[in-house]
Amino acid sequence: MLDIIRNFMAAAREVVKGSRYYYMWIGFLAVLILVGGSAYILQLKKGLIVTAMRDQVSWGLFISNFTYLVGVAAAAVLLVIPAYIYNFKPIKEIVLFGEMLAVTAITMCILFIMVDLGRPERVWHILPVVGMMNFPQSLLAWDVVVLNGYLAINLFVSLYVLYKIAHSTEYNISIVKPLVMLSIPWAVSIHTVTAFLYNGLAARPFWNASILAPRFLASAFCSGPAVMIIIFQIIRKISKVEIENKAIHKIAELIAYAMGLNLFLFGAEAFKEFYSGTLHMAPMEYMYFGLHGKTRLVPWMWAALFFNVIAFILFLRPQTRENVFSLNLACLLVITGVYIEKGMGLVVPGFVPGTLGEIYEYSPTGTEIMITIGIWAVGALIYTLMLKVAIPIYTGELRFVGTDEPASSGEESTAAL
Amino acid sequence: MNTGNKRNRKKRGISRRRFLKGAAAGTAALAIPFRDADAITWESFFQKHFREMNDNDRADVIARLEREYEERYGKKFDISANEAIPGVKFGYGLDLSRCIGCRRCVYACVGENNQSRDPQIHWISVLRFKKGDKWVNDLEAADKYYNPANVPEPGYFYMPVQCQQCENPPCVRSCPTQATWKDEEDGIVVIDYNWCIGCRYCMAACPYGARRFNWGHPSIPTEELNTKTHYLGNRPRYIGVVEKCTFCIQRTRNEPGRYPACVEICPVGARKFGNLLDPNSEIRYCIEHKRVFRLKEDLNTRPKFFYFFAT
Repeated sequence: MLDIIRNFMAAAREVVKGSRYYYMWIGFLAVLILVGGSAYILQLKKGLIVTAMRDQVSWGLFISNFTYLVGVAAAAVLLVIPAYIYNFKPIKEIVLFGEMLAVTAITMCILFIMVDLGRPERVWHILPVVGMMNFPQSLLAWDVVVLNGYLAINLFVSLYVLYKIAHSTEYNISIVKPLVMLSIPWAVSIHTVTAFLYNGLAARPFWNASILAPRFLASAFCSGPAVMIIIFQIIRKISKVEIENKAIHKIAELIAYAMGLNLFLFGAEAFKEFYSGTLHMAPMEYMYFGLHGKTRLVPWMWAALFFNVIAFILFLRPQTRENVFSLNLACLLVITGVYIEKGMGLVVPGFVPGTLGEIYEYSPTGTEIMITIGIWAVGALIYTLMLKVAIPIYTGELRFVGTDEPASSGEESTAAL
Repeated sequence: MNTGNKRNRKKRGISRRRFLKGAAAGTAALAIPFRDADAITWESFFQKHFREMNDNDRADVIARLEREYEERYGKKFDISANEAIPGVKFGYGLDLSRCIGCRRCVYACVGENNQSRDPQIHWISVLRFKKGDKWVNDLEAADKYYNPANVPEPGYFYMPVQCQQCENPPCVRSCPTQATWKDEEDGIVVIDYNWCIGCRYCMAACPYGARRFNWGHPSIPTEELNTKTHYLGNRPRYIGVVEKCTFCIQRTRNEPGRYPACVEICPVGARKFGNLLDPNSEIRYCIEHKRVFRLKEDLNTRPKFFYFFAT
């Protein structure tokens, strides 16, 4: 018992100590969180009327961010596949950081859902047993199940592995391996279920297209790993963690394939809509050309498409994906491109034109944007603090005391990760 | 918190109890955003789903709600929770050849059903179409905001749309908390406003734009409140929940044979209402003798709302 407290204090010390830049970063995030928090208090007071959402477009920036982050959460799995199935060592060593990103992204997803609710204090109604979860009818109920399951798997695996390393012991592969294997189909399922959430609504022709779920997966496997590549470069810059270039280049290669598939599926959808030219073309027309002079999404959608195409070329060519500058440029392009495409570019056109033909042009209010930034800052803070404890454990600088240790030769067990 | 701290500073020997009281007041002040219009009490927070309550639970909840409404509006409310009448399934008919687009139905509905006046909520949308323009399947040419000096306008026709009370309602399927359901007996789709979490998935699922969300605090002038209400119908709503047409459940269940407000007010008799299971009802006559159609039949929602042309 005493050891637990002592170990907890040791971990807490890691979080508290840091360089000047660390404190500046934390302070910066704290300011953003405060700004977002105060905007949220205003929303609680006045209601969702402080957003630009209305009956015509009843979901907006919050649900867009939710959708995008479900995609990021699966980034971990793209690392797990080569690491564990093909035993690709360079990636296997860094899977842990991907799993922590998944934990962060799912936490942010839950926050985005919470701020979107009209009655957040009633959220327990959605739970089984205590509430009245509408399972299996409602896809939102499915989403609650798969997202929380994914959170639990990743949280458990990363905590367990860290705990074992901190005690300089080997983790039990017969516990970790099945869970990691389970996380692969599970990551696919969080995407598929989130896509089906939209896909199942016959009222919204733009979402009610079979290509939606495959496109979801393809675009998620672009942006999530791109976030990982940037994070890996930061980690190896600011800490003693060694991440091989080979691992990063492999991930970049995988992004190229995913983006290729994403662009192909987009082309298939665009062809069907524009060539057949039925009235279901209206949302696509609104996105890329505007409807009845309403063109708010048009520049964003073309920018997203342009970013994705450029990034695809940069990731595809070995020269550009192995060059630090063009690699990072491509990552940023993919992250922005998919953020637009799978965020506002997915949610808003579902509502435009509305079911009674109305065109309501949505663009988020300052309050909405502040709350959104606040949640991103919460995510960045969570990930920073997790890294702050995980990195010294990973590099062997932090070791726990207690029963779980046979001896103090820590280096081999790290390598086995 | 403020008063607690001030006292704390003034008098060092403040009692522990007094300090705790101040701290409690401070915590309460933090809860202000929730407190504005509808206080969240212990009982209301843990209130069960309407369909999970037994008769005693319902009586208790209704008594509490009546008390809360009286505190809030200074008026005595009568909230009933009557079940569907056996052997009755409601159906609605709308004669498009008669409708003149006067929107009296819209405002009669607002008054009867205690919709918020600011921000404005309407359960009925009247769409205006230019004769010869596309309609029925493609509503893009519809104008909801027409505002002429006189109706009907030459060259135009009108189509009111409200909840179609689907037999296969996509909104009910989508709700993650079962806060909305279709009564198996009379077929009305209702919402428990104390169970809805305000996720608005049902609004995305509805093909008829029939559901409305309370984006702000609903407000109604006291003198315009209708105090004869039904738990699942027109009782005043809360901020952050979804609402919709219930075929005036407070009338049609409590006073068998009475019409919904929109049917009653229609100056040209375009609106018909009755029991689909009664072969002698007016609605059955319309269905059997006129050429009826239902909106967006391709979606297989099977509305109990029939449009037709009598002339």
